[in-house]
Amino acid sequence: MTMTVTTVQDAGVQPVFYVKDEHDHPEGGSTMLGFWIYLMSDCLIFAALFATYGVLGRSFAAGPSPHDLFELPLVALNTSMLLFSSITYGFAMLAMEKGRVGTTQLWLAITGLFGLAFLGIELYEFTHLILEGATPQRSAFLSSFFTLVGTHGLHVTFGLIWLVTLMVQVAQRGLVQTNRRRLMCLSLFWHFLDVIWIGVFTFVYLMGML
Amino acid sequence: MSADAHAEHAHGEGHAEGTLRGYLIGFGLSVVLTAIPFWLVMTGHFDSQTTALAIMGFAMVQIVVHMVFFLHMNTKSEHGWSMMALIFTLILVVITLTGSLWVMYHLNTNMMPGHDMSQMP
Repeated sequence: MTMTVTTVQDAGVQPVFYVKDEHDHPEGGSTMLGFWIYLMSDCLIFAALFATYGVLGRSFAAGPSPHDLFELPLVALNTSMLLFSSITYGFAMLAMEKGRVGTTQLWLAITGLFGLAFLGIELYEFTHLILEGATPQRSAFLSSFFTLVGTHGLHVTFGLIWLVTLMVQVAQRGLVQTNRRRLMCLSLFWHFLDVIWIGVFTFVYLMGML
Repeated sequence: MSADAHAEHAHGEGHAEGTLRGYLIGFGLSVVLTAIPFWLVMTGHFDSQTTALAIMGFAMVQIVVHMVFFLHMNTKSEHGWSMMALIFTLILVVITLTGSLWVMYHLNTNMMPGHDMSQMP
């Protein structure tokens, strides 16, 4: 930090001090907080979609209701896939802290497979619904359902793309500080998606079947 | 690299890091807190009002469990700013959800078709 003094010639005028250099920030020092704030804004998107579903979720337009459409065993399987992927990502983070590249990559790959299984089951459910005629255009309930669950599914898709990207980066450069930071961001993102899914299976699937 | 890591720690207290124990406790609690609501709805032991309240309660608890054990939320990380952002977001979420449901419920009740037929020509 350099302090520069401007000497003023006029007598009686106070000298002016100002800090010339900005306070030194280590690279990436504020990334985690910034990413957290991004997640909070994402949380607001989901809040709006949940509110939409809450308002429109009972407007069936004489079409199918959750009782006709949802299969709870399938949803339970889907939920367990996401839950397993959460704990395996946790194991990847623990391996990362110990600096074990191979173990980290292995757990990341397993996480990716669980995520892929989740997406596969969700896409199966969606195609099943659409083939039955329960398309997003059928009723306000189905529009809001597909928007909410589809947005979550899109997030998982992008999380998977990110996961593969990071696996390539870790393979190329190892667990350097930059990659550790990226993996920590993805960890927040991945666990956050699991938190959103708790809301989805509770309010959409379970409450719909009551 | 170690100097880099040191600098990061010195700066913002970093992010709380998980332990194997923490992850396993979180996972165990999540499995139980997921299984009970599914069991309640699939068996239908209780009436729907009780079940609805119960599964909402379990969801709240599970969200807190995920926040603590998986997202490592605490009041100290990033000098408390992440908790501050979370609290602010929760307030906005509550306003969005209750506001939308409240307003739209009343709108639906007051604008039912045939509600005001006497005014029709």
